[in-house]
Amino acid sequence: MPPLLHATTLVRRFGPVTALAGVSLTVEPGEVVLVLGPNGAGKSTLLRCLTGLARPLRGTVQLAGRDVHADPAARASLGYLSHNALVYEDLTSRENLRFAAALHGLHDVETRVDAALASARLTERADSLVRGFSRGMLQRLALARATLHHPALLLLDEPFTGLDVPAAGVLRAGLKAERETGTAIVCVTHDPGELWDVATRVVILVGGRVVHDGPRPESLEDFRASYATAVAA
Amino acid sequence: MSAVRAAWAIARKDLRIEWRSRTALLTASLFAILVQLVIVFGRDGGTVSLTMLAPSVLWITIALSSLVALNRAFLLEREHGALEGILVAPVNRSAIFWGKWFANLVFVLAVIAIAFPLWVLFFNVEPSTTLFGVLGLGVLGAIGFTAVGTVFSAMTVRTRFAELLLPVLMLPFMLPPVFFAAQATLRVLSNRPMEELWGWLRLLALFDVVFLVLATLLFPAVVDE
Amino acid sequence: MTAELAQADGHIRRGRIVTLIGLVSLAALYVMALQFTPPERFQGLAQKIFYIHPPAAYAMQLAFVLTGISSVLYLLIKDVRFDRFAEASAEVGMVLAVIVVITGPIWGKPVWGAWWSWDPRLTFTVLEMLVFGGYFALRSAVRDPVERARYAAVVGCMALILVPFNHMTVYLFASQHPTPVVVQTDKPDLPWVMLRTFLTGFAVFTVLYLGMVMQRYGIGVKRDLREALDA
Repeated sequence: MPPLLHATTLVRRFGPVTALAGVSLTVEPGEVVLVLGPNGAGKSTLLRCLTGLARPLRGTVQLAGRDVHADPAARASLGYLSHNALVYEDLTSRENLRFAAALHGLHDVETRVDAALASARLTERADSLVRGFSRGMLQRLALARATLHHPALLLLDEPFTGLDVPAAGVLRAGLKAERETGTAIVCVTHDPGELWDVATRVVILVGGRVVHDGPRPESLEDFRASYATAVAA
Repeated sequence: MSAVRAAWAIARKDLRIEWRSRTALLTASLFAILVQLVIVFGRDGGTVSLTMLAPSVLWITIALSSLVALNRAFLLEREHGALEGILVAPVNRSAIFWGKWFANLVFVLAVIAIAFPLWVLFFNVEPSTTLFGVLGLGVLGAIGFTAVGTVFSAMTVRTRFAELLLPVLMLPFMLPPVFFAAQATLRVLSNRPMEELWGWLRLLALFDVVFLVLATLLFPAVVDE
Repeated sequence: MTAELAQADGHIRRGRIVTLIGLVSLAALYVMALQFTPPERFQGLAQKIFYIHPPAAYAMQLAFVLTGISSVLYLLIKDVRFDRFAEASAEVGMVLAVIVVITGPIWGKPVWGAWWSWDPRLTFTVLEMLVFGGYFALRSAVRDPVERARYAAVVGCMALILVPFNHMTVYLFASQHPTPVVVQTDKPDLPWVMLRTFLTGFAVFTVLYLGMVMQRYGIGVKRDLREALDA
């Protein structure tokens, strides 16, 4: 059985600038990996390579043994959530979800869409245009969109950016619920506190390299202290 | 098969959004009418007859109003980063291109369909069955340059001067098909024998095929980081 | 970084030397054209411009085609050097195109009686200039260097494939506009003295092209280094 996610020695470079200098990452089902690092460490580039949005110069990304870049079908088991909602303002929430379902070639579209709308607490707004949604509603819809096809792996790029405290709480609850169904999560973030209690593993990137990869420590406070020294070194 | 389904889903989504607001269609059509009026009023009425100008005006109108239409193709993908949502889905890059291109083509043809009767009216074109031939030329001409425009607008929308850049990039690529199509239109309208037309039709078809293939090949390079 | 900087300076220095050789040979070419090549029977001195006009047109075409090929290679291999070369070659191509469209009308006025007569080669040059004008407009509008290289390469490939269509367009267009000819020009049958000077012109412009591209490439390296420091 190949691992769920297997990225080998990813390199991203342009002229004199190096974003990733040989990053490898393997994720098994059920893991929740926090990817941390200072600005410009290459965390976003890494996540964009994992989603297939960015092509590494060298190295490959495999999902359950299939190449994310070469084989579009490999992306079927992938969910992606960023600080952008990835939806259209001139479509209703239902139409947005239907479109996502069509892209994934899903069959039981209506039941899935209804269930997703219900769990995102958007049933009442199902047929109103997304234009005019609050930031919190947008992010709930975005999560519903990202998980509509029940992905085995969720890739998150700073998903808490711009959310107020209650909205962030709702998103965190939604992600916990996803995790309970067995979905693995890789989350790129600058704040380890956002998903600390769900996380099982912590990866730290500095200068395009992995400088730390290990199980999540018990105490967030202790980790913050050691993280500060790790990044400074 | 699934690529065709995905492309169709993308095209339908675009057209649904377009139809919902209709602003872009209305604006492009208004623009198409205004271009014709500008040419009518800008000419020397005493020496240049409207009939003489008719084929050129049709293609100037189509070229310029298509630019207005193509500009919006990727604008709607930009808000909330929606294009990334399509790119991470299990869909071929080429299918995404075909979906966007087809929606653009339908949009440009809709603008042509609105501008065309007014052109017939304004330029005293004899209404006859040959006009269907001219409309066919519209389709044949639009296929190629909408393909180029789909690739270019996917790039320009991510730059600072999208509205300015697209025309500057696009017009040199519109010149050959517009020239071929205007020549063909001239011959259709003056009921020239088919042999005189063939060469121009072949050139148009060649441009369509070459640039549709090329655009399909190059589109992934535009959207893949 | 300092090694790369030194390398860039090396490109620029070698480019300067090659360009200098090109310029000296250009001067020599004109001595050859004016002193040692007889004036053409009908066109007289106006024909002398032909020792730079076609060579410049050829070098321009070479520059733009190489930009196109380099663009294809960039998309396939994603090596930054292809992007720099494509940019350098396109920019030199623009300079050569300017030479073509300036010398063309100077020759056209006495021979055809009009500054501009939609001559296919001149029209083609203008079309290419417009294509690459768009290319540079796009380059300057994209801030991220990776994105800029990719987008430019896409336009470069498109431009390469457009070349034959532009050729067809200008020749078919010209065939519909009979050009007024004041002086009937003899076709081929160039005497050997003229041909010799003519061919020397091509060699001179190839050298000039190479020298300018080398310098521009070095400048490109320096720009990338500066952008890397800013990032």
